[in-house]
Amino acid sequence: MIRPARNHPGYWAFLLHRLTGLTLVLFLPAHFLVLGLALDAAALDGAIAWTARPLVKFGEWGIVVLLAAHMTGGVRLLMLELLPWSERQKTRIAVSLGLAAMFGVAFALGLV
Amino acid sequence: MTARLFLVQRLTAVILAPLVLVHLGVIVYAVRNGLSAGEILDRTRGSLGWAAFYGGFVLTVSVHGAIGLRAALIEWGGQGRRTAARVALAAALLLLVLGLRAVWAVVGGGAP
Amino acid sequence: MSPDAGIEVRIWRGGAQGRYETFRAPRRENQTVLDIVTWIQREADPTLAYRFACRVGVCGSCAMTVNGKPRWTCRTHVSKVASGGRLTIAPLRNLTVIKDLACEMTPFFEKWRRARGRFEAAISRDDPLVPVSPESPERRAADAAIECINCAVCHAACDVVAWRGDYLGPAALNRAWAAWNDVRDGDRTAVLAAAGAEAGCGNCHSHQSCAEHCPVGINPTRSIAGLKRAGLAALLRGAL
Repeated sequence: MIRPARNHPGYWAFLLHRLTGLTLVLFLPAHFLVLGLALDAAALDGAIAWTARPLVKFGEWGIVVLLAAHMTGGVRLLMLELLPWSERQKTRIAVSLGLAAMFGVAFALGLV
Repeated sequence: MTARLFLVQRLTAVILAPLVLVHLGVIVYAVRNGLSAGEILDRTRGSLGWAAFYGGFVLTVSVHGAIGLRAALIEWGGQGRRTAARVALAAALLLLVLGLRAVWAVVGGGAP
Repeated sequence: MSPDAGIEVRIWRGGAQGRYETFRAPRRENQTVLDIVTWIQREADPTLAYRFACRVGVCGSCAMTVNGKPRWTCRTHVSKVASGGRLTIAPLRNLTVIKDLACEMTPFFEKWRRARGRFEAAISRDDPLVPVSPESPERRAADAAIECINCAVCHAACDVVAWRGDYLGPAALNRAWAAWNDVRDGDRTAVLAAAGAEAGCGNCHSHQSCAEHCPVGINPTRSIAGLKRAGLAALLRGAL
């Protein structure tokens, strides 16, 4: 019943920031454990071979996009909070999403 | 969030933004010919620069992620401040220990 | 829609536990949502509880949730919001319902106190007046925040208030921002301490739902961002 009150870019931008942040906190321990395998280079290569699977690769791409989105969204928030107020908050949300998408494309091009 | 936690969260965000930017650049660069443990370790082994970069990254991300997790636990998880603080502290320590171990693994540890 | 076709109105009945009751009210030209609620109470069910006073957007007592959004019912024309010839009217969110459309406002005003929204004089009435230039940055900042009439629309729109009930919320923090910018105040740092404590301005995630819905066009997110900046500066100076 209350949904309509939330349906504006500021809410969606927050939701994206919260969800990407939580996903990254959950992903990081796994990321660190895999890198910890470098204590034995062969083990790390084994793990990297596993990431060559298409689904894992897609997941990896997703994580990079999430990281980029959390970073650009975070910079937007820092600007909102630390700089004098601007009336162009919705434009900035669009720009932060656009920049994150650019990183996504760059990484996808690097992957294939 | 107390004023002090707020300060630390924004301070770590300001530090993390350029670190993430460099990290994203490294990712796009590293995957251009496919990932391999040898290539990664050639870059990182014995490099004080990368040790400082990723060591600092791990430190700030542990703090930043934990404070974000605390907010999510209170706002979305229905947890009290005490429980949220404990879980966040545990998360910070976990990220710190696993992260520093990973940095040690790619910079210092093991035979190349 | 022709004025005499009437309109279907679902209205919340009961307290926190309750249900919607459907009424049919006549449509008129230039009809507000408050007109509809008043018609239902006078002509259909006199036990319907709701709050209003001025009917012209001055008092801030008639705010309700209309088709999912918090609004002043007195300044909301039915023609602007009735989707498919239907209206759903509920009490404001994030407050305890007393009965039907009337909410308990005490916790809302308690937050104004907790945010140190009151003025603390530094001098007595025997001292000369302190001049405040209308052009000064502080006065301008206060001006942007000061037209609030305590209607609680922003408080009802705020998701952080919904997620943790102790959060001061946009209205109280907007008031704190005006207080902080009052250079005559005797202890302005106390405002930053109160507004920046746990469940204060640091918990605002800048959804900007408050600014989206404020009927007088105040932007509490902007005020809260100002408090965040002032609080960070005070903390770094060692003043907090």
